[in-house]
Order: sequence, then structure tokens, then C-alpha cells
Amino acid sequence: MYKITVMGDRDSIYGFAAIGLDTYPIAITDDTSAAVRKLRELIESEYAVIYITEALAEKMEEEIDRYRDVRLPAIIPIPGVSGNTGMGMKMVKKSVEKAVGSDILFRD
Amino acid sequence: MAAKHVNPTRMELTNLKRKLVVALRGHRLLKDKRDELMRQFLELVQENRKLRQQVEEGINAANKNFALASAVMQNETLKTAFLTPKQEVTLEVGKKNIMSVEIPVFTYQTRTSDPNDIYSYGYAITSGDLDSAVKSLADILPLMLELAEKEKACQMMAAEIEKTRRRVNALEHVVIPEMQENIKYITMKLDENERSTQVRLMKVKDMLLEQEYQYSKRYMADG
Repeated sequence: MYKITVMGDRDSIYGFAAIGLDTYPIAITDDTSAAVRKLRELIESEYAVIYITEALAEKMEEEIDRYRDVRLPAIIPIPGVSGNTGMGMKMVKKSVEKAVGSDILFRD
Repeated sequence: MAAKHVNPTRMELTNLKRKLVVALRGHRLLKDKRDELMRQFLELVQENRKLRQQVEEGINAANKNFALASAVMQNETLKTAFLTPKQEVTLEVGKKNIMSVEIPVFTYQTRTSDPNDIYSYGYAITSGDLDSAVKSLADILPLMLELAEKEKACQMMAAEIEKTRRRVNALEHVVIPEMQENIKYITMKLDENERSTQVRLMKVKDMLLEQEYQYSKRYMADG
């Protein structure tokens, strides 16, 4: 039995509590050690899907990339209140680049 | 020139030939695997992209609703409204095998059976905007889960494709040419040995005949 969680700044994520997801508000600063520690803690526990606001995900991209190839958890960037940063699409793009060798889908 | 030393023996040659057959077959299979993985990956990644666009639009819309709600409500009221969520989502994680990549499949269950039973607050002190905000978020949840599933599948398949491509390339450009080189080297060495044995035998035969009949002396005498 797994659960779903949302990480990010409080304003972006408090709504998800209403629909039954666990929320972990994290202040977005340049010092990501607290966020990274929290993320690892969440991965260790029962969470299979972790949504992270793009603003936060951008800061800890390296940490998130470490979990790309493993089956669980799925770490998915979502837009926050501050809007769309394009981080989520960048992750999809990265998959394409890894598989094909160059970006063949997003050239517009 | 062979990269590493091989014994130029017939046994080694047979072994190498057998290995080459296996390597060639492996190469062909891996190449097929790579092509099929790539085909499925490209399909999946297109779906992934569309889904992401949808989800991002949905969440942005929901965020706008929440901004609206928080504008007309006091911050404290807003906070208390979500303190005790009614709904709880749990996940079952299954797995699906696509070309030997085990991708996760998420099926979710909600604690309350009624999907509209999500409002964890009294309606008296909260604004109607909050209701629609929560509703818009609840509507996007199935899509979000589907996105999580697809995106993870894409990431895992990308990793598998990379691995397979490396294997194909290693076989094609290193292992197979090296084996062919070694086989050629052994064949030539064996041929060379055979020729030198032949020459030696002919020479020995000459010498034996010479000893028996002393041709050279007879020629001299006839001379």
C-alpha cells in the first residue's frame, strides 16, 4: 500500500491536502539540504509518487535525477503558483535525449 | 592484428567460430530489441508530452481558483479548512512488462467512495471559490496519476534503450570484429604451419631417396 505526496512552497501545495494527498511544505531557498533530506526521508517511507513544484525541483535537479532509472518512486514536477517554468517538459526532453541521442520531438 | 594473444590451435579456432555465431545472433536480437524499444518509446513520449500539457494547464487553472479563494478569505480560515482532510488517496503499484522493462502501474483508491465528498470544511465560513478550486484539483488527479505512470515509464525505457544501444555498439564495433580478426589470424597461422610441414616432408623425402639411390653421384658419373 503506497501513498502520494506533494512537496513545494506552501501556497502552491496546500490545496492538494483537500483531495487526500499528503503535503510537505518546504520554503524555497538556495540552501536545499533540508529539502533533499526531506525528499530522501519520503522516498524511504511509503510514498510511490512524489509531486514536486517546478520551482523546488529546479533547485534539486541532481538529486531527482538519481531516481530516474529506478521503478519507484516516480518524482514528477508540477507547476506551482508562480507559474510554469518549463522544468517538467525539460525532464521529458531529457528522456528523449537519453534514448535517441538528440532531441527529435521538441524542436519547434 | 589481433588485439590480444590467441593460441593458434584448431581447438581455439573451433571455439572462436562457435562464439562468433552466438555473438552474431545476439547482435541481431539486441538490434531488434533496440528498434522495438525505440518505436514504443516514441509513442509513449508523445503521450507523455500531451498529458503533461493537460496536467499543467489543469493545475494552473486550479491555482488561479485557489488564488481567488485566498483573496476573499482570511488566511487563518483557509488554513483551518484543510487541517483535517476527509479524503485519503492510497496507491496500489503493479507492474507491466514492456520489452523486459518493468514499468509501474498505479491504481488508486480513495477512502470515501463518493468522489464529490472531498470538502473537509463547513460551508458557512468559507467562500464558494474554495469549493470550485478544490473541485478543479480533484478533477485533475486521475490525469496526474496517469502522467506519473507514463513519465516514469518513459524514463525507465530511455535508460533501457541507452543500455541496449551500448550493447549493440559494443558487439558491432568491438567484439565481433575482434573475433573475426582472431579467426583470420589462426587460419593463416595454421595454413602456414601446414605448408612448412609439407616442405619439410618433401625435403626429408628427397634426403631419404638420396641416401638410398645416390642420385647425385650417378648423375656425376653419367655427366
